[in-house]
Amino acid sequence: MTKIPAPLFAEDELPRYARHIALREIGGPGQARLKRARVLVVGAGGLGSPVLMYLAAAGVGRLTIVDDDLVSRSNLQRQVVHAEDRVGLAKVDSARIGLAGLNPYVAVEPVPQRLDAGSAARLVTGHDLVIDACDNLETRHVLNAACTAQGVPLLSGAISQWEGQVTLYDPARGAPCFACLFPVIPAPGLAPDCAEAGVMGALPGILGAIMAAEAIKEIAGAGRGLRGRLHIHDALWGESREIAVRRDAHCPVCGPVHGETG
Amino acid sequence: MMARYDILYFAWLRERIATPREQVESAAVTVADLVAELRARSPRHAAAFADLAAVRVALDQDLVGMDAPLAGGREIAFFPPMTGG
Repeated sequence: MTKIPAPLFAEDELPRYARHIALREIGGPGQARLKRARVLVVGAGGLGSPVLMYLAAAGVGRLTIVDDDLVSRSNLQRQVVHAEDRVGLAKVDSARIGLAGLNPYVAVEPVPQRLDAGSAARLVTGHDLVIDACDNLETRHVLNAACTAQGVPLLSGAISQWEGQVTLYDPARGAPCFACLFPVIPAPGLAPDCAEAGVMGALPGILGAIMAAEAIKEIAGAGRGLRGRLHIHDALWGESREIAVRRDAHCPVCGPVHGETG
Repeated sequence: MMARYDILYFAWLRERIATPREQVESAAVTVADLVAELRARSPRHAAAFADLAAVRVALDQDLVGMDAPLAGGREIAFFPPMTGG
């Protein structure tokens, strides 16, 4: 007796993706790629909220969420995957509840810990795409090193007050890594965090939606991604800039792994 | 020779200088020369440019080093890494 493979989609699952399937650039094959994708999202805060919500709604099959923080009331002004009645819960558990309400066909794995040098490699392993939505530069460097070592593309977003940056780090495919672009961690006090400096509530929505769109494109193979392009958005003045970036010929992080670019 | 440049500031540079952009006339040859001139414009500029270790520069939307020549350029953007998420 031949074994029939389990169908990729449940019968009542497909209608929710009808508007994706109608797009020439996604279609049935792209939607199947989304369903098979395994995405790691580091940080379930301001950027992580819209990223997770749009990726879950889009039908990304497996989402791993890493965050060691608890939901606090001051998060709710912008971290829209969480809710008033989940203040005090682990952010990863609150996010899992929020995402289950959007799309029960997504397998969400909550990891209630801080990604650090000891855990980064293990957490990155097995994912097709990693999304950096964390809130500090130390974690960003640790995550970049792990993604670079394993050749996994790293879609990275960061925000400050009214501004945000997003790009796709991918030295295995010719784009710079995070350390090529930002090798130096600023001295303490130069780059204040959201708690100190404040952040406009809709800002992570703008940048997070760009990140979700870039993730969907990358997985589905649609359009042109942000490899080698840093997108900067200034919400206070309503302006965007795009800066061409390239690998650092002598980058100590990606050079030894993916070769110096000379 | 004097040339006119659009200077863009992002993140903490903008916060300290209190403007996202300004136009300057300069005879600077390199990015570093221009930075020296900008630093002298006001105490706010001096504070913004006090520590450039983590700041990156784009000349006409193209990442360059501090020693890059300005010749023929039009727009210089200063942007540090942002931390928040």
